Amino acid sequence: MNPREPSGARPGPAFTVTFDGRPLEALPGQTVAAVLWAADVVSWRSTRVAARPRGVFCGIGVCFDCLVTVNDRPNQRACLVPARPGDVIRTQEGTGHAH
Amino acid sequence: MSESLTCDVVVVGAGMTGAACALYAARAGLGVTVVDRGPVAGGTTGAGEGNLLVSDKAPGPELDLALLSHRLWAEVAQELGGAVEYEPKGGLVVAETPGALDALRRFAAGQRANGVTAAPVPADRLRDLEPRLRDGLAGGVHYPQDAQVMPALAAAHLLRASGARLLTGREVTGVLRGTDGAVRGVRTDRGDLHAPAVVNAAGPWGGELAARAGVSLPVLPRRGFVLVTEPLPPRIRHKVYAADYVTDVASDSAALRTSPVVEGTAAGPVLIGASRERVGFDRSVSLPAVRALAAGAIRMFPFLSGVRAVRTYAGFRPYLPDHLPAIGPDPRAPGLLHACGHEGAGIGLATGTGRLIARVLTGQAPELDLTPFRPDRFPPTSGEAER
Repeated sequence: MNPREPSGARPGPAFTVTFDGRPLEALPGQTVAAVLWAADVVSWRSTRVAARPRGVFCGIGVCFDCLVTVNDRPNQRACLVPARPGDVIRTQEGTGHAH
Repeated sequence: MSESLTCDVVVVGAGMTGAACALYAARAGLGVTVVDRGPVAGGTTGAGEGNLLVSDKAPGPELDLALLSHRLWAEVAQELGGAVEYEPKGGLVVAETPGALDALRRFAAGQRANGVTAAPVPADRLRDLEPRLRDGLAGGVHYPQDAQVMPALAAAHLLRASGARLLTGREVTGVLRGTDGAVRGVRTDRGDLHAPAVVNAAGPWGGELAARAGVSLPVLPRRGFVLVTEPLPPRIRHKVYAADYVTDVASDSAALRTSPVVEGTAAGPVLIGASRERVGFDRSVSLPAVRALAAGAIRMFPFLSGVRAVRTYAGFRPYLPDHLPAIGPDPRAPGLLHACGHEGAGIGLATGTGRLIARVLTGQAPELDLTPFRPDRFPPTSGEAER
């Protein structure tokens, strides 16, 4: 079921962001994590030591597990950052500061 | 149901100092029980940076204790180094002005005469040690003996290695004294623990515990914040701080003082200290303090302006009026020993403190003269119940 149906939400017009170069549709008010989940993406970071996949854990801005690189800034919490038109979202490797 | 336990010594406080007292007492053959009203490392230990510093100590009893502790930490590291994230990374103290550099070099010369390795670093060589330091510093001093541990891990692993009986979530409500005044153990909210010796390792709450034994010890909390950045690849190699940190530590001011202390950690985040203010046990976040920390760190390491701080935490340093800890037996309450009041140096000074306490407990001569650390060196406060 589309999660918008039971909530009766009537969001504004959709816009586009990219994730690792792939265009994804986003709605106003969605967090980056919500956009990624809606596109069936559940992992967008690899851990610093063992390079294991990570995505949302707590989902409420507590745990720092869902870190992602947005518009070249690493370590953004996907569950807190609202998606904006044209955002360039990239999988974060390790600290995201390797370069 | 109350449970009666008997052992040789009860250590009150499951922080770094209590853990070190437990380790050395147990290794001297004593049966040890550690009791804490909170969890392991739940107080000051869990709220610090894990400094093992000789660089900020002026010649005198605290430096002697720091050097003893430094040797003992190196021994502990042979056994537990990886587990406690022991890093003998060295310290680098930098001076911003020629005047500050002169003072720093004089301070270092005095330390060298007392067993500290302290190598002057001219301005144009600072970046050999720390490539990301800012331009225009006057110079510095390199202290290779400075080291770091992860304090909560260190307390937990030393406690485990001690084999001591550990009782957490259990508050000491009183110290039991016999008719002759001698200590007989402690009363807790869940029964008595009987022992002929009790060690007060309650950190900033050490004054409160002393009062529960009927003696006074004027330990006051001095609040400090640490600012934690997002994890970074290794970019800051040493413990780097500005020369004015030493004067801040020695200050008696109750007002907010900050001086930048910056270091990387094994886990990746950079830790930024150090603020000091006397505001009681108030944990609320102070934006002026945290802002001053960030500004000071960026002044020293400009690249930090592009790095995000993810959180901040506060802790309470146990502060005694003359900036020296209380270590040793309390003549006012035979059987009571104190091991608290190390201010911001408790992690570094823990091993030496634990060893000295174990020596006293087993009737051996301690490695250092305990006179400067006497717990009864302060004038009694009003209302003190002397027995």
